[in-house]
Amino acid sequence: MSRLAERFRQLKRDGRRALIPYITAGDPHPDLTVTLMHALVDAGADVVEVGVPFSDPIGDGPVIQLACERALAHGTGIRDVLAMVARFREKDAETPVVLMGYMNPVEIMGYQGFARAAADAGVDGVLIVDLPPEEMGELSGCLADSDLDPIFLVAPTTTEQRMRTICDHARGFVYYVSLKGVTGSGTLDMDSVGERVNRIHSMTGLPVGVGFGIDSAEKAAAMGRVADAVVVGSALVKQIEAHAHDHQAVVREVSGLLRSMRKALDAEAAPQTA
Amino acid sequence: MSNSNAVQDAVDYSRFPDAEGHFGPYGGRFVPETLMAPLAELTEAYLRYRNDPDFLAEFDRDCADFVGRPSPLYLAERWTKKVGGAEIWLKREDLNHTGAHKINNTIGQALLASRMGKTRLIAETGAGQHGVASATIAARLGLECVVYMGAEDIQRQAPNVYRMRLLGAKVVPVTSGTRTLKDALNEAMRDWVTNVDDTFYIIGTVAGPHPYPMMVRDFQSIIGREARQQILEKTGALPDALVACVGGGSNAIGLFHPFLNDAEVAMYGVEAGGFGIESGKHAAPLCAGKPGVLHGNRTYLMEDENGQIIGTHSVSAGLDYPGVGPEHSWLKDIRRACYVSVTDDEAMDAFHKLTRSEGIIPALETAHALAYAEKLAAELGPGKRIIVNLSGRGDKDINTVATREGIEL
Repeated sequence: MSRLAERFRQLKRDGRRALIPYITAGDPHPDLTVTLMHALVDAGADVVEVGVPFSDPIGDGPVIQLACERALAHGTGIRDVLAMVARFREKDAETPVVLMGYMNPVEIMGYQGFARAAADAGVDGVLIVDLPPEEMGELSGCLADSDLDPIFLVAPTTTEQRMRTICDHARGFVYYVSLKGVTGSGTLDMDSVGERVNRIHSMTGLPVGVGFGIDSAEKAAAMGRVADAVVVGSALVKQIEAHAHDHQAVVREVSGLLRSMRKALDAEAAPQTA
Repeated sequence: MSNSNAVQDAVDYSRFPDAEGHFGPYGGRFVPETLMAPLAELTEAYLRYRNDPDFLAEFDRDCADFVGRPSPLYLAERWTKKVGGAEIWLKREDLNHTGAHKINNTIGQALLASRMGKTRLIAETGAGQHGVASATIAARLGLECVVYMGAEDIQRQAPNVYRMRLLGAKVVPVTSGTRTLKDALNEAMRDWVTNVDDTFYIIGTVAGPHPYPMMVRDFQSIIGREARQQILEKTGALPDALVACVGGGSNAIGLFHPFLNDAEVAMYGVEAGGFGIESGKHAAPLCAGKPGVLHGNRTYLMEDENGQIIGTHSVSAGLDYPGVGPEHSWLKDIRRACYVSVTDDEAMDAFHKLTRSEGIIPALETAHALAYAEKLAAELGPGKRIIVNLSGRGDKDINTVATREGIEL
């Protein structure tokens, strides 16, 4: 069983929702990323999502764009990110790690080279923002051969038919994008999110995570009512941005925000359903 | 050099792209999930209207009465004599309304947007020509228009920025990344992801996710269809070669496409060589890049060893783009077209030569095609014919030219 599947199985058994923080590797500095990953786990992360910096992140709002620019200023590339995950794994063999990024850095490594290197480093899932299942091609087999879970987004605009296709291709969990927009934007409509998450549940036994626009403990808790996992990115990255030159403050503030979300989520999810 | 245009008898070019937008290994649809449904909707609408007589009649009418088509095919006699080689014919897209080929495509897409019930147009622009063409058609159709433009390009193309504003468009400076065309494209994509319900994204070149490379090519192919008919009427024969500049590649594909099945016609796409390919400071992904994925399609790109897109350099803002339309990537690989580069200095030289010998001030983008056409004409020699796509006029560039020459206007 993959680390992701195992983690979600435990969570279900314990009646808890997964909390999945996102940080961009190399932001604010490559030296801090592994420390920050451990701190996220200490603050209650069930899965850690690590962004691979890219020069042209079309799915991201200004907060994560700037995070990419800070990371790229230090030259953080995809191979560096894999090295960080490997270092993280030296002290944490349990917490699943999902890479989130864009297609071009994967292309340049080559599909098989990327998949093997990612698996060797201890990566568990791969979410490529600009890669719909239709364009997976040979990457699909390469990920499968290396036991990496392909994670896909489902959007508010996704049709029923596509939702089915995505559910057929997905492993690990399905990531529902809670709003029309880029990361870190807009306002959430809880009712429609709940409806869509239920629809996904009706098509797959995989857990469903919800992300984009969750910036407070209250919203995290509300999403925890409808989804199996809550993904938080821009809100944490904003804390990194605010304290970029003070690494201790970065760890403190990011951990503090995540802890408050963890607490709210656990308080909400006490009685487990389904 | 003409050997590199190997004849591909077996390929029927009109059958590309495939249903998913692939030209061989290139093209496709690499976008965030939110855009997959709108792209499917757009494809469906376009496939419905591309053969709809009412739609086509309206497009033709606008091309005739609003743009001033057909644009002339003009024999540059004095320049031909000076070069002393093949005859050089110019397809005068510079005479179109708004001064470049860009308007052909914006009219097509805006008519489609109206039929799809979209009330808001967005566009990206580099040199400002596509932005002006989008703002123009938005004004004419009474649609809201927002144009994303790199902060650096806003500075070097000030007259076009003001033109767009006069036309009622909102010009949004893009300060992320390299602050040029690629970043404007990123920002327009983000706008579209956020406002998919009422917004139509008019991409200005033959790049982007399917169906854009096909749709923009189809609208721009009016250039090649006219040129093919005109050269046959004027000379009784097909040309020996076609030459066009390539940034994203829309004017080039527009000229090339109707000739692709004419195996005897050679094709040359001219990329921006900037300070020279060996300097690394250029915008020539076909000449010096490698395949990757950017802005929704797989194509040749300029990138570093980590797959990050690198900054480009060209004297011409309209060619300053690290990618290229996927159909060009495919035409390069199968050797149907040949891609070359011309430096800033060579382009400037050709800019002056055409201006002085023909009384036509070309855009700096176009000047790249002219510089290569001059070399090719000499190489081919008398008795041969070349058509150069004179894709735009150079009024927008006079500040750039003057500054380079130390003249203050």
